[in-house]
Amino acid sequence: MLAEYSDYAFRSALVVYLLAMAFYAAEFAASRTVRREPALVAAGGGELPDRPVDEPAPRSRAERFGRMAVALTILGALVHAGSVLARGLAAGRWPWGNMYEFASAICLVAVVAWLVVLRRQASSQLRQMGLFVLFPVVVLMFIGGTVLYAEAAPVVPALRSYWLAIHVSAIAVASGLLLVAGVASAMFLRRPTELLDRVAYRVTVVAFPIYTFAVIAGAIWAEAAWGRFWGWDPKETVAFVAWVIYAAYLHARATAGWRTRRAAWINVAGFAMVIFNLFFVNLVIAGLHSYAGV
Amino acid sequence: MSTPTEQAAAPSVPPPRNSPWWIAQLARVWRDLTSMRVALVLLFLLALAALPGALLPQRSLNAAKVDAYIAEYPTWGPLLNRLGFFEVFASPWFAAIYLLLFVSLVGCLIPRALEQARALRATPPATPRNLSRLPHHGRETVDTDADDVLGRVRGRLRGWRMVERDEPGGVRTLSAEKGFLHEAGNLVFHLALVGLLVGIALGKLFGYEGQVIVLAGGGQFCNTGILGYDSFRAGLRVDGTNLDPFCVRVDDFAASYLPNGQPDGFRAQLGYQTSGDIASGASQWQPYELEVNQPLRLDGERVYLLGHGYAPTFTVTYPDGTKRTSTVQWRPVDNATLLSEGTTKFDRPGLTDEADRRRNQLAITGLFAPTSSGGQIVGSVFPDLRDPQVAVDVYRGDLGLDDGRGQSIFTVDRKQVESGALTKVARQNVRPGEQVALDDGTTIRFDDVRQWVSLQVSYDPGQTAVLVFATLLLLGLGLSLTIKRRRFWVRLTPTGEGDPPRRTVVEIGGLARTDRAGYGEEFSRLRTELLGPLKEE
Ligand code: HEM
Repeated sequence: MLAEYSDYAFRSALVVYLLAMAFYAAEFAASRTVRREPALVAAGGGELPDRPVDEPAPRSRAERFGRMAVALTILGALVHAGSVLARGLAAGRWPWGNMYEFASAICLVAVVAWLVVLRRQASSQLRQMGLFVLFPVVVLMFIGGTVLYAEAAPVVPALRSYWLAIHVSAIAVASGLLLVAGVASAMFLRRPTELLDRVAYRVTVVAFPIYTFAVIAGAIWAEAAWGRFWGWDPKETVAFVAWVIYAAYLHARATAGWRTRRAAWINVAGFAMVIFNLFFVNLVIAGLHSYAGV
Repeated sequence: MSTPTEQAAAPSVPPPRNSPWWIAQLARVWRDLTSMRVALVLLFLLALAALPGALLPQRSLNAAKVDAYIAEYPTWGPLLNRLGFFEVFASPWFAAIYLLLFVSLVGCLIPRALEQARALRATPPATPRNLSRLPHHGRETVDTDADDVLGRVRGRLRGWRMVERDEPGGVRTLSAEKGFLHEAGNLVFHLALVGLLVGIALGKLFGYEGQVIVLAGGGQFCNTGILGYDSFRAGLRVDGTNLDPFCVRVDDFAASYLPNGQPDGFRAQLGYQTSGDIASGASQWQPYELEVNQPLRLDGERVYLLGHGYAPTFTVTYPDGTKRTSTVQWRPVDNATLLSEGTTKFDRPGLTDEADRRRNQLAITGLFAPTSSGGQIVGSVFPDLRDPQVAVDVYRGDLGLDDGRGQSIFTVDRKQVESGALTKVARQNVRPGEQVALDDGTTIRFDDVRQWVSLQVSYDPGQTAVLVFATLLLLGLGLSLTIKRRRFWVRLTPTGEGDPPRRTVVEIGGLARTDRAGYGEEFSRLRTELLGPLKEE
């Protein structure tokens, strides 16, 4: 019953995010026309009106679309949170015991992190990033809700530990944040602005210690569950690789000639590795972690 | 971009004067090795080198998969094998990368630690001549005198390290600095990495890991030597002579399942005696309930519940009436239903002639289903013992046990079958209590089923150190990433009429080590508080 509500909310959140994306796109389009407009008028040779009086200002139309997009994102996040909550209640445990639930949790974190960033930076330039944050979120949720979908059920004994809550929550939070940072860096590569660079760096700097903690917590759990704290299981190995790449990112920020563009590339590579770990390692390479289920 | 933020992170080794060329050369190599750029390159290499460890099968995880892979790719499989790609984390090239990285790290850390110690005692640097060239700056003329402004600045900068200086013409300056814990955190983080490596090395040298299968319902295992284990992985300095001789006894094992067959819980009731108990002659067994995620922790050794399975009991009654009973573990071939395969081997008693004895060995092989599908071909539909059945193939002849080669306890030697030394004499599906009759009057009864558990004993003397250093690493990282080392300067130039002049030009400037880290906002706040609401310049 609750599980059904959770699924329903999950799908609704996905739809709301799609709608929000449409509005972000509309804002983007509207703000582009406004930028082109003065040039057209100037080319016509006439006087350059400060603000068109008759028709509603396109700038404010873009603004309205943007606000709508953000409002929808908030609504989507609320519904999404409801889905995760209901799932947890339905299964009687923390709602990240399989890949579907884990992907859902990461996406929720990413959307919330994005909203927090937006609130703190309060810039309409940044708002357009929403489209690019929601895009991977929607893709992940779609894959999660179809290919990876699993019924709400108890987890296998090996996962019955409070470390599931600690380790997996930390990974989900870090991954969600790193998604936002990765998107900012990817956008920076297309349009290098100081704002995007700062967002990428700041979010990574919050995410990296959480990720480090998550890996350490995983090692502590592995010691209790598998008899060793580190065994180069494929999941552990790729987590290590991603961690080293993020360490390289932070180094790059302090190395002349590497601070901006190259650092952004490294950040994107780091996030690619996190996603690779989530999907490829679980689905293609069998390892101890695979029993977390598809 | 050579802003003042650019403070050389790499230590500057002064080039030795008047020394042979090779010393100068060495100094240069050292300087390069300990530079940030090389550290960056080494970090990349480390990430790159670790990747095949996830993409290719690894011998330490699954040797059979490695062999299958090499067989599948006969051209480059063997080449990858020779280059160590199936043992990435034990390969010389992987070791070379991380050792270089750590040499670089130490070479980088020592000068930084010294510099940090010096910086802790140094006073904040003098106010730059032109504050407006700093990444953060502000300027305002206020209607109060310099003392007044200075008082406010001092109040606002409580907790900062400050020094005031006078310049000609009645100009006063204040230099302030904060965030020394950034550097300290960074040092702690990098030092902890070194500690972590040392802790891991300790485990690799002196640790071991062994697996053993023990029958539930009273089976015992004592940690007296490598031979007691079914498989054993020894650290480089472990020869198995000095193991801590504790004992465990598996009194009971219970598994519970959900209706769909998914395991719900595993529980082994243990008794154990520590080496101390045994030395003092104690005869009691201390109880422990062993579960997944809850190892038995002795002094140093840990005992884990790794897996479980079934061990059918067969009784062979020979034509002369002698009986032999044996319970041997069979291994699961399907983890979901615990369909298991195995071989229970018997030597016929009472035969004195060696050749005769060999001709009359028996092997009961087959498939065991804890909950039989009931068909002609035995399959299992549920992992719990609901309706056990075994499909047995009985072989008689020479098992080939005496030829000196080890053989699997789960199968018969195919070579013996192919050579005709071992022949199949019966095939039948049996439930507990049912029996198979052979042509010579021997009967084989399937009596019952017992459970077995597989235990792992792990010992790692470096593990506590690893945990401590991992914690330090995290603390250092937290400090270093949340705290920014930043500087703040104020220059107060009296201006206007009066003596002393009542107006003051206030110039402020700010600089952080890593600028994009967000000193900007803090600086803006400082500026607003000291100079009033912001006026765009
Ligand atoms: C095992 C290899 C290494 C790892 C995993 C690593 C990791 C990190 C990380 C995560 C940071 C950012 C957090 C912090 O500032 O504390 C950092 C910063 C730093 N590392 Fe490393 N590091 C390694 C080796 C080195 C080496 C060899 C050097 C010297 C060449 C070095 C010099 C620095 C410096 C100067 C910073 C500070 C950058 C800043 O102030 O923002 N590290 N390192």
